[in-house]
Amino acid sequence: MSKALRVIVVTALIVVTVTLQISIFTHFSISGVVPDLAMLLVIAAALVRGPDYAAGVGFAAGLVLDLAPPADHTAGRWALSLVVVGYLIGLARGDAEPTALGTVFMVAAGAFIGTSVFALTGLVLGDPGVSVASALEVVPRAMLYDVLVTPLVVPLVVMLFRRLQPVDRW
Amino acid sequence: MVGLLVLASLTVLTLDARREDDGSPLDSLRTGVGSVLGPAQDGATSALRPLTDIPKHFEQVAELRDRNQALQAANDQLTQQLRVAGANAHRDAELGGVDRLANTEDLDVVKAEVVGMGAAQSFSRTVSIDVGTRDGVAPDLTVINADGLVGRVVESSATTSTVLLIIDPGSTVGGRLGESMELGFIDGDGDLSAAGRLELSLVDHTVSPREGDVVVTWGSRGGAPYVAGIPVGSVESVHSSPAELTQIAEVRPFVDFSSLDVVAVVTGSADRRTDDLAGGAAW
Repeated sequence: MSKALRVIVVTALIVVTVTLQISIFTHFSISGVVPDLAMLLVIAAALVRGPDYAAGVGFAAGLVLDLAPPADHTAGRWALSLVVVGYLIGLARGDAEPTALGTVFMVAAGAFIGTSVFALTGLVLGDPGVSVASALEVVPRAMLYDVLVTPLVVPLVVMLFRRLQPVDRW
Repeated sequence: MVGLLVLASLTVLTLDARREDDGSPLDSLRTGVGSVLGPAQDGATSALRPLTDIPKHFEQVAELRDRNQALQAANDQLTQQLRVAGANAHRDAELGGVDRLANTEDLDVVKAEVVGMGAAQSFSRTVSIDVGTRDGVAPDLTVINADGLVGRVVESSATTSTVLLIIDPGSTVGGRLGESMELGFIDGDGDLSAAGRLELSLVDHTVSPREGDVVVTWGSRGGAPYVAGIPVGSVESVHSSPAELTQIAEVRPFVDFSSLDVVAVVTGSADRRTDDLAGGAAW
């Protein structure tokens, strides 16, 4: 696969993921908290390809999430959160790909970091919806839900990213 | 690489953060993304509706049983009241219903379906609907459903719009007590579930709202962003805030925000038409 084609496939993957997250998974929300498919995508990218690649995917996915309706918050907040998540999870992965339990732990950590960074930027910008209390309520629930859907989503996305990986690296 | 991306995120943030004052340079980008992803959301919603209806189905069975019980109880009560022919207690509610009917007949609306909902992780309560500027929908229009006030349009692309729900903590609606005509401001608490409440603070702090009082919109000039007389909710409890000397009433919204489906955008009303005729100088 040529490089341009790979970029197109990843972009399509991001758009489909965000669309699913916004229009389908909201029907399965637990008191408003929706599984962060975009974040799982970024974490899968980090597990397969490492920090730099995942940060790139995170920026793109975050920007789509920031701009796609019904987003009403200041654009760039999810982009920043997912760049940080992609980079940190990529670093934490180390050299070996983690076990199943390790993946679950990574997802929990990623969900915590991502949702927290998003909430913090909201606090800094004075978003009326964000208070420390509401963040404390939403963050653990988001972590739990993300972990719950991990076995359904992450293996699939990891497989996709493996196939997108250039094979002629050595 | 990462430093660069963080910098890029921060740039986008600062560019967009000033939009309150004078439109954001990202607005056109946002509209563009909306025109592409809006139809995609729309398609995904309709294609997977049978699947997404599954949880609703289970909820509905329990809900129908509850409602059946409630209706039975209400029926018994009404029969009894009819016998004693003293339905004073329910007059308020009925008057509210008549008001609403009269209002509905005077409104030009565009029907729409909710195709996307913002996640709690985003800390803002917005939904996207499948009508846009092509259907005559523009920012600052009122959105209602059969039960009452839903919110207002904040963003429109050609085929989709974003609606800020009144339950959003950043939303403020001018409200009026149905009984005493007193004015106040209604703020959301951000809770989409059935436990979500609105807070009504009255302008005149000597007036104390009564429980069960119906709150309607007070309306703004030209009917934007909220047209007048749309039912919002009923007063559930009242407490006073010693710091501000105002009475705060907890209002239970008529609309169930977690199961929004068909809504209507008010594109014109009798108020607005009269205003237009009088050159906007009606008051």
